[in-house]
Amino acid sequence: MNIQIANGRLIDPKNGVDAQQDVFISERRIAAIGKAPQGFVAEQVIDATGLIVIPGLVDIAARLREPGYEYKATLESEMLAAVAGGVTSLSCPPDTDPPLDEPGLVEMLKHRARLLNQCRVFPVGALTYGLKGEELTEMIELTDAGCKAFSQANESLIDTRVLMRAMQYAATFGYRVWLRPQDSFLARDGVAHDGEVATRLGLPAIPVVAETTALAIMLQLAREIGVTLHICRISSAAGVEMVRAAKQQGLTVTCDVSMNHVHLTEMDIGYFDANCHLSPPLRSLRDREALRAGLLDGTIDAVCSNHSPVDDDAKQLPFAEAEAGATGIELLLPLVLKWAEQEKVPLLEALSRVTINPAQLLGQNVGHLSVGAHADICIFNPETNWKVEPAALKSQGKNTPFNGYEMRGRVCHTLLDGQVVFQQ
Amino acid sequence: MRNPQLNTNGELQHLLTTEGLPVAIIRDILDRTSNFLVAAEEREVKKIPLLHGKSVFNLFFENSTRTRTTFEIAAKRLSADVVNLNIGSSSTSKGETLLDTVDNLCAMHADMFVVRHSQSGAAHFIARHVAPEVHVINAGDGRHAHPTQALLDMYTIRNFKKEFHNLRVAIIGDVLHSRVARSQIHALSTLGVPEIRVIAPKTLLPKMVENLGVRVYHDMETGLQDVDVVMMLRLQNERMQGALLPSAQEYFKHYGLTQERLALAKEDAIVMHPGPMNRGVEIDSSVADGLHSVILPQVTFGIAVRMAVMSMLAGVKV
Repeated sequence: MNIQIANGRLIDPKNGVDAQQDVFISERRIAAIGKAPQGFVAEQVIDATGLIVIPGLVDIAARLREPGYEYKATLESEMLAAVAGGVTSLSCPPDTDPPLDEPGLVEMLKHRARLLNQCRVFPVGALTYGLKGEELTEMIELTDAGCKAFSQANESLIDTRVLMRAMQYAATFGYRVWLRPQDSFLARDGVAHDGEVATRLGLPAIPVVAETTALAIMLQLAREIGVTLHICRISSAAGVEMVRAAKQQGLTVTCDVSMNHVHLTEMDIGYFDANCHLSPPLRSLRDREALRAGLLDGTIDAVCSNHSPVDDDAKQLPFAEAEAGATGIELLLPLVLKWAEQEKVPLLEALSRVTINPAQLLGQNVGHLSVGAHADICIFNPETNWKVEPAALKSQGKNTPFNGYEMRGRVCHTLLDGQVVFQQ
Repeated sequence: MRNPQLNTNGELQHLLTTEGLPVAIIRDILDRTSNFLVAAEEREVKKIPLLHGKSVFNLFFENSTRTRTTFEIAAKRLSADVVNLNIGSSSTSKGETLLDTVDNLCAMHADMFVVRHSQSGAAHFIARHVAPEVHVINAGDGRHAHPTQALLDMYTIRNFKKEFHNLRVAIIGDVLHSRVARSQIHALSTLGVPEIRVIAPKTLLPKMVENLGVRVYHDMETGLQDVDVVMMLRLQNERMQGALLPSAQEYFKHYGLTQERLALAKEDAIVMHPGPMNRGVEIDSSVADGLHSVILPQVTFGIAVRMAVMSMLAGVKV
């Protein structure tokens, strides 16, 4: 179908475009920008007057909870949440039950996602069997099945020799290794940042050194092996500084941060708000400012939602017993807009953190609106003010630390492959 | 965020922590305690009918015979009906959730819950979920707070020292895991104690503890100099397994309260302990039973303090 998106402000970070230009879609791809191609007859015109047209967002950490945790969320609920949030590509960590360590599981997931046809799903495979950190998974098979990177999700890889060999093996075939730096011994039993708030509230703590010691090992091994290393969910000022230094030294390392950590700190735990029980933990104000600075100067390449829907029963418990995680994929765009507004970052720059940058981390030809590209598009109204009400979220997970927050900017259309998959 | 312990009139709705507890409420509790103690001495019949017809549920998710008993005695002296539940050994092990347990007890028309739980924040969690006419008293939640213990300690200090504004207080031992220490520190600060010290090895101190308003010492010799009040903390045996300390013997050698060390404090210093004591681990028997010790009066005051808190929550004017 031929679609014309008319009169919108087009922002495409990859191509450096921020201008009022129409988008012409034909045969599921971007046919032209600005001027209609010859003979183009629009079968549908989307009037985007006053709206902003951007590439569909790419979220590199969104848990869909399938297989195994269907009581927390399903592909149906979470992919609807994704497109409601303007996300058209997402990658899901392998911490399902069973973990994504078998090609069959990955194929099944891809197949189910394809049938729903709402959002592209790029699974991240398990680096080791069962995420146990002992034996390597069949990375070639998993890649053939559709995995775009390999990770341990939130599990630490304690055995450094296994970690080194996993990196070596992945490097052999040019596979991406995505690791979350957290030393499991230093973080043991911890539920909050080792700082003022945990001390006051008497919460078992996770010190910053749990992140930095693990990160030091990862960077050192990556330097030795030359693997394509991506650091997931950096949370501390010291961690950001280490990544910055490594990049300056020429190491090919990339890094992401969760949207929660760009906006919240340990102080948001308040009187034991379990919605703020997250992994990694919310850290100090100083850490948050360093994360924001890192995001601005490019040390941190991308922002993700770290969408982790949790069932209500698992959250209705005292802080430490409540399961870590929050829903977030529907809040990714407004929270990026909020960050941009607060830090006075031009939208062209800010939106690269959720479009082209994460697309490059995945090595996928998405996240941009070049002529010929997939017509994956998000159209939003930058002036719509709305309030986060958990019951109104599409995600099956209703727990969010942003409950009751005022947001500005709301998705009105999401297109996947040239088809409108969400509209409001 | 509104202080979850107070109702919209600023009156005590729940007693969850001493942090953020207005000084007027603390003083009121201490004054009530005083009245109850006088009454107990003057009257032959110990019971007073202030909570007659009210139901107090002791919800103990963690075992504690002593604390539970003092709450039970306090409630019974106020003529309340008391139900003791050791949940550690009943419903949660059958798979019932904490909230279901609380909901069920609310349906039995509980007026007050006395909660002991191994998780920090459990009392706040329960307080958030009960009906507005139900009151929650935190009898110890994880490492977070043990407000009635701290209040009885404040009563003890006031009883022996009269004022707070001229005191130097040292808290000694496992501050990291201690709900008692946290509650003591907040209460002492609120009451205007100018110098609060903590004395412990680095493994037993939480990060940024000085932000709670305390001075940190790592040895008894300097830390005990000229203090008016010595507050000992109990050292749990399991601390030796977590690589926090090498042995009880070495701990006693460096941090045990002995006569010689106590001599560094002021001549009229008092020695306190929340119990149960480990003699020969954190405190020498000669100190525990010595002239400076006020450990047994603490226990007596403990019942009156809990009566004071319960009567205040029940809205009784004294």
